[in-house]
Parts: sequence; C-alpha cells; structure tokens
Amino acid sequence: MTNLLEIRDLHKRYGDVEVLKGVDCAMAQGDVISIIGSSGSGKTTMLRCINMLEDFEGGTIRIDGEEIGYDTAGGRRRRKKEKEIARQRAMTGMAFQQFNLFPHMTAAHNVMLGLVKVKGMGRDEARGLAEKWLDRVGLAERRDRYPGQLSGGQQQRVAIARAIAMNPKLMLFDEVTSALDPELVNEVLQVIKDLAADGMSMLLVTHEMRFAYEVSTRVIFMNQGRIGEEGNPREMFVKPQTERLAEFLMNSTFN
Amino acid sequence: MDIAAFLHVLWLARMPILKGVGVTISISALAIVVGTLVGVGVGLVLTYGKGPLRWLVRGYTDFIRGTPVLVLVLASYYVLGTVGVDLGPFEAGVFALAVFCSSHVGEIVRGALQSIPRGQTEAAKAIGLTFPQTFAYVLGPQALRQMLPAWVNTAAEMVKASTLLSIIGVGELLLRTQELISRTFMSLEFYLFAGLLYFVINYGIERFGRYIERKTSVPS
Ligand SMILES: Nc1ncnc2c1ncn2[C@@H]1O[C@H](COP(=O)(O)OP(=O)(O)OP(=O)(O)O)[C@@H](O)[C@H]1O
Ligand SMILES: [Mg+2]
Repeated sequence: MTNLLEIRDLHKRYGDVEVLKGVDCAMAQGDVISIIGSSGSGKTTMLRCINMLEDFEGGTIRIDGEEIGYDTAGGRRRRKKEKEIARQRAMTGMAFQQFNLFPHMTAAHNVMLGLVKVKGMGRDEARGLAEKWLDRVGLAERRDRYPGQLSGGQQQRVAIARAIAMNPKLMLFDEVTSALDPELVNEVLQVIKDLAADGMSMLLVTHEMRFAYEVSTRVIFMNQGRIGEEGNPREMFVKPQTERLAEFLMNSTFN
Repeated sequence: MDIAAFLHVLWLARMPILKGVGVTISISALAIVVGTLVGVGVGLVLTYGKGPLRWLVRGYTDFIRGTPVLVLVLASYYVLGTVGVDLGPFEAGVFALAVFCSSHVGEIVRGALQSIPRGQTEAAKAIGLTFPQTFAYVLGPQALRQMLPAWVNTAAEMVKASTLLSIIGVGELLLRTQELISRTFMSLEFYLFAGLLYFVINYGIERFGRYIERKTSVPS
C-alpha cells in the first residue's frame, strides 16, 4: 500500500539559510501526526512545502503516490504548471495561525467559494455542504455572519470548515490556536479532535503539548531543519531519546 | 452687488453656461473613464509585473505624477502636434487629463492590492484557486472597496483639473465664465457662481462615492 504522504530528503532554503536540511517522513491514511519543536526549527516551512505555498530546492513530496510541485524525469527537475499545482493544492487542506478568512464574504460563502470555483459544484449543492460543515463545527446559526462579526475561535472554526469541505486527503494545521485567547482554544481543539475521531489524516504543528499527546498517533520533533526524533506520543513524551527533545519538553508547559 | 441685474444677465447667459457645464462634465467623465481603465492596467503591472515592463510603467507613473497637470495639457496640445499627432484642443486636453488620471489610479490600485495581507492569497491558493480566480474573487473585491475613497477623490480632482483646459481654448465652464465676465464686468458674481457649480458637481461625485461605499461595506 502506498503511503498517503511521503517526504524524501526535503531541502528548502531562504537565500543563504538552509531551513530544511533533508527531511524524511511517511504517513499512512488516518494518521494524526503532531509536529513539535522550538521556534525557527522549520515546522511551518515543512507544512508550506507540502502544499507548495513555498517552492523547495531538493527532495520529493508525494501524496497518494503523486509527486507534488515538480516533475523529475531523466534527472531533470521542473516545476509543474500553475494550474496543475493549484489542483494538487486542493488535495490538501490548510488552516493557518491567522485564520485568513475572506473578510468580504459571509462564513457560508467562505466555505462555498472553493466548492463552486474549484470543484465546479452548483451553488445549491455547495450551500448545502457549507451548511453541513458549519453545523459540524458548531456554527450553524453564524453562517451568514461576516468574519469581522465572529470571535477568533469562531473564525478559526469557519476556516477549518472551509478547508475540510473541500474533502482533502490530508489536513495541515499550523498552530491554529496560537493567535487565540486562552478561553477560545478548546473549542478549536475540540473540532480537531472530532476530525481525528472521524479518521481524517492530519499533520499539525502545535505548541499544545497535552493536545499533541492526546490526539496524535505519532509525534515528530523538529530540530534545526531536521527531524530530531519521532515516535508514538507516550514513548516520546515519557522517555525522550535525545538530549534536545528532553530539553525542549522541559521548557514546554503541559496544560 | 445688484442681485436682480445679475440674475437677469445670468438668465440671458444660460445657454453658454450650460454648454460650459456640459463640456466640463464631458472632459472630466472621459478623462476619468479612460484614465481609470488605463490606470487599472498600470496598477496591475506595478503590483504583479516583472522586469523591463514594470520598470517602464514605474517610470511612466513617477514622471507623470511629478509633472504639473498644466504642463501635461500644454505639452499634449503644442508638442504632440510637432511629432505628427495633431489633436484638437478638446482631444488634447482629455488626453492629458486621462494620462494624469491613469498614473494616480495606477498608484491607488497598487496601494490597495498591496495592502491586502499575504494570508489572503495563501488561503485562496490552499483551497486550490488559480491566480486569476484568486484575483477575481478574493483580491479584486477587497481592493475595490479599499480604493474607492481615494478613487472618488481623484475623480473630483479631475473635475478641478479640467479648468486648465481653458488655457488652450476649450470652451468649458471656466472659459465660458471668463468670456461672460469680459462682456459684463460682473467678475465677483460670475466667479462665485462658477465656484458654486464646481462645488455642486464635486459634491455630487462625493455623495455618489459615499453611497457606493455604504452599499458595498462589509458588516463587522
Ligand atoms: N519568508 C522567509 N524568508 C526568510 N526566512 C524565513 C522565511 N520564513 C521563515 N524563515 C526562516 O526559516 C526558519 C524556519 O522558519 P519556520 O517558520 O518554518 O519555523 P517554525 O518551526 O514554524 O517556528 P515557529 O514555532 O516560530 O512558528 C526560521 O529561521 C525563519 O526565520
Ligand atoms: Mg511556525
């Protein structure tokens, strides 16, 4: 069986600074992987490469066996056409730290946009699906509100609904609770837990250690552009194998 | 000031004044429409263009914006003729104002597009929208709302700038007013009256802008 996600020897640099120095990672259908690690270790960059928000210089990323972003044939590597990349981006869903809802559209229209324009769905069908997902994230009555009329936690839940409604094979979450007031964090984490329970494959960057412990099937510890350690959460959090992870966990709070 | 006498003269002079108003509005409207169409292109190149094209357009806007409008008007009337493009005063004047307008609209469009957070484009990409789709549904609508006040301002500026065409003999409101004054010697009265007409035109533009702003505003 092919892996859902397979990253081999991923290299990414910003100018002279190599940010990812050869990352390898495989993920099966239904896996929930948390990526932890100190600031600047390359967690965000790795997620952004997976849906080609960043180009990368070396290595391959495959989703369901399909090479993302580039074609390698006869030792030559070429960036795929924009249109092809756009199609591949729709295979993954992404939720951002800053929500990034479209401020000029209601919650429902935020969710419908991709369904109508990318999936070519009719408006009524899209509306129905948008309502279903907004209901799932607990926002049925807020569907006609604009982002400016919603709290941070509500906006983030709309953003997750917008991504999930596209029926992606894999969801990427980048510190989706970091910009939220503490009392709004749980409502968003609960949505992610529900998705995990439904068997959604997810890759999530988080600083919420307890959450990572509870929800993940596997944890990846990023350290200076490489995977420092990985394993199941119980082993990793209880007896870290590397000095760096032990140190990182020591400085993290579990709440 | 003899109000009754002025009103009498004003009544007799109603046709030239109305014609002047008509010409002023035509000049302004043409300059705004053409200038906006070109300006949107200018703004797109300034924002997304690369290499020599962007360079060229950058030079164009900086040069035009650094030149007094009167110089543009005189140049397109007197200089374009010497290089074989012979325009009448009306066409030359509209051309100059449209060029002026396009450089301003270009900057407004660029400013509006660049003020949209990067996250908007990224969120659009993440759901699989192509760039043209992102522009049409995400960036464009936000930029339009953002640029509306500045654009309305520019439109009002064009109406004011249209007075400069009197210098090359276009019979717009100011020139008609001056002609009347030279015949009636009622300078204060007619200048005040012309001022009032300009105010009404620009007030109308401003109200219209406000109306559109209200209609398109996003609740928050
Ligand atoms: N657009 C960029 N241009 C230049 N350098 C960048 C850019 N984005 C990130 N970097 C650098 O790349 C490195 C990795 O950044 P990244 O955002 O992936 O870290 P992170 O693990 O997500 O950190 P954090 O926990 O703070 O979010 C950092 O040193 C950062 O300064
Ligand atoms: Mg990050």
